[in-house]
Amino acid sequence: MVEGKSFGRRLFMACNYLGLAIFATLCIAPFINLLAISFSDRSSAMGGFVTFWPVNFTTASYNLVLSTGGFYRSFVISVLRTALGTALGMLVTILTAYPLSRTGQEFRGRGVFTWILIFAMLFNGGLIPWWLTIRSLGMLNSIWALIVPGALSIWNVILLMNFYREIPSELDDAASIDGASHFDKLFRIYVPLSTPAIATLTLFTAVGHWNSWFDGMVSMTDVSRYPLQTFLRTIVVVSDLSAMNIDPSKMALLSDRALKAANIFLATVPILIVYPILQRYFVAGIKLGAVKG
Amino acid sequence: MLVQRTHPVQRSQSAQSWRRMRAYLARNWPLYAMCLPALVLLALFSYYPMYGVVIAFQSYNPAFGFTGSPWIGLTNFKFIFNLPDFLQITQNTLIIAIAKIVSVQVGALVLALLLNEVRHLGFRRVIQTLTYLPYFLSWVVLGGVLLDMLSTTGIVNLTLQKMGIQPIIFLGSNDWFRPVLIVSNMWQQVGWSAIIYLAALLSISPELYEAAAIDGASHLQRVFHISLPGIASTIILLAALSLGGVLNAGFEQILNLYNPVVYSTGDILDTWVYRAGLLSGQLSLAAAVGLAKSVVSMLLIIVAWTTARRYAGYRIF
Repeated sequence: MVEGKSFGRRLFMACNYLGLAIFATLCIAPFINLLAISFSDRSSAMGGFVTFWPVNFTTASYNLVLSTGGFYRSFVISVLRTALGTALGMLVTILTAYPLSRTGQEFRGRGVFTWILIFAMLFNGGLIPWWLTIRSLGMLNSIWALIVPGALSIWNVILLMNFYREIPSELDDAASIDGASHFDKLFRIYVPLSTPAIATLTLFTAVGHWNSWFDGMVSMTDVSRYPLQTFLRTIVVVSDLSAMNIDPSKMALLSDRALKAANIFLATVPILIVYPILQRYFVAGIKLGAVKG
Repeated sequence: MLVQRTHPVQRSQSAQSWRRMRAYLARNWPLYAMCLPALVLLALFSYYPMYGVVIAFQSYNPAFGFTGSPWIGLTNFKFIFNLPDFLQITQNTLIIAIAKIVSVQVGALVLALLLNEVRHLGFRRVIQTLTYLPYFLSWVVLGGVLLDMLSTTGIVNLTLQKMGIQPIIFLGSNDWFRPVLIVSNMWQQVGWSAIIYLAALLSISPELYEAAAIDGASHLQRVFHISLPGIASTIILLAALSLGGVLNAGFEQILNLYNPVVYSTGDILDTWVYRAGLLSGQLSLAAAVGLAKSVVSMLLIIVAWTTARRYAGYRIF
């Protein structure tokens, strides 16, 4: 490619690099600031002296959060819902995408099934009938309320269905000649060959479960049953620190701010751990999209 | 006579088609078995709640369920449409949602165009890694960060103070609440949305740029005559699809950031439904607002999908 080397071009490139760098820094600056606050002592945090580096460094806030039972309990609930919810969600997605990827000739009734799905994407009963349904099924205060109702993601099904369709039909024909059933084909050909798509969907489903909090808020009546993000909301947004059951004497050296910040970061650690993996997968996805145009 | 004569033929035909049906099912029953979990989930958590919207036409009593409560026709709807609040929350919803759609799409497009000029791939990756991080965090986490940074002792007011500006109570001010919603929504979305535009830009043939350069087109001319036309279909597609979301102003974000002081600029349909229904127990009224929203949303999505299909060849199934 012919690159202009004019002064104007160089000036633009310098401004572009600088501008992008400033923008990216602004995007993460709030997290750095809060991280610094979480490691600062009471008077510095309360007085608003902390910018991007801890003042009077202390880990007291983290020690306190980790020494109370509330955080652990909710953490375990979140791990459980993420594991079970992702497993169930992916199983349903893998199963549902297969018949949809077949022709209407082979899967009679495909049209009807497609319309059932499309209508569910177009229309929903809204929050209140949904909540009344959960309640009438006796799911309130049960961890299943966080796992089962959202198990079917129609968008994910469509994505995987399109992936199945990209798989060469010769493989399918050869398997049919060898007498393979649909289950054989799904689990021995389609699933193994769709690993990149399934891995991406699994990661996004898991992140979605980890991050969701509203379902926990409306389907659990007791803080002790809250998943982590709902628990975090009680502390950080509702500002109800009593949920943590802290001995007041331990708060002497600590600010509410640092304590909230510590809760936020501890709840975010799992996302930060999977973030590099997540990124690798969706960057690969972008490349795929770019090649296909 | 006629019937008698054709009868044996029909019988053998039906016997034949019955045999074919059995052969078909013997081979293809797993297709139906695979749909079963999805159908059960849809029935329980999509279609049964859809049936539950009947409570919008009732004076719902939890003791009698969806079927046993007394019917009151359109009374709930008449009541709602006459509430002064209803006009306000509908207006808030539309203003916030449209401002968010426009700001995110324009921001993402500009970011993608600027990233596309970057030749140093390592630099581009670092910028992208940092800008789409907020997309993977919940609104509880982002809300917690915002509540702290916008407080009177937060980093924003700290900086303003150093510049000699009086502290601003951002989340307690009807002048500031919407700007906060829009900017913080961009913070979460722009980096992620830029991915789609950047992918479209990268798929434009480099030969086009080379030919234009040889013809003496400036960089800016190349942006306007090659880059933007090259991704026009992507822009149209995203604009069309976003139409389906103009009644979704960001429930999770607002629920974590608002307070009664800013209801007049920040209360939206979804937050109103949540408060009226689940906090105040006016289940029928809340369900009526929810139903009105769902019906209008459905019509908007149909228009969005039809437009996307006509102008950008978009298909769902």
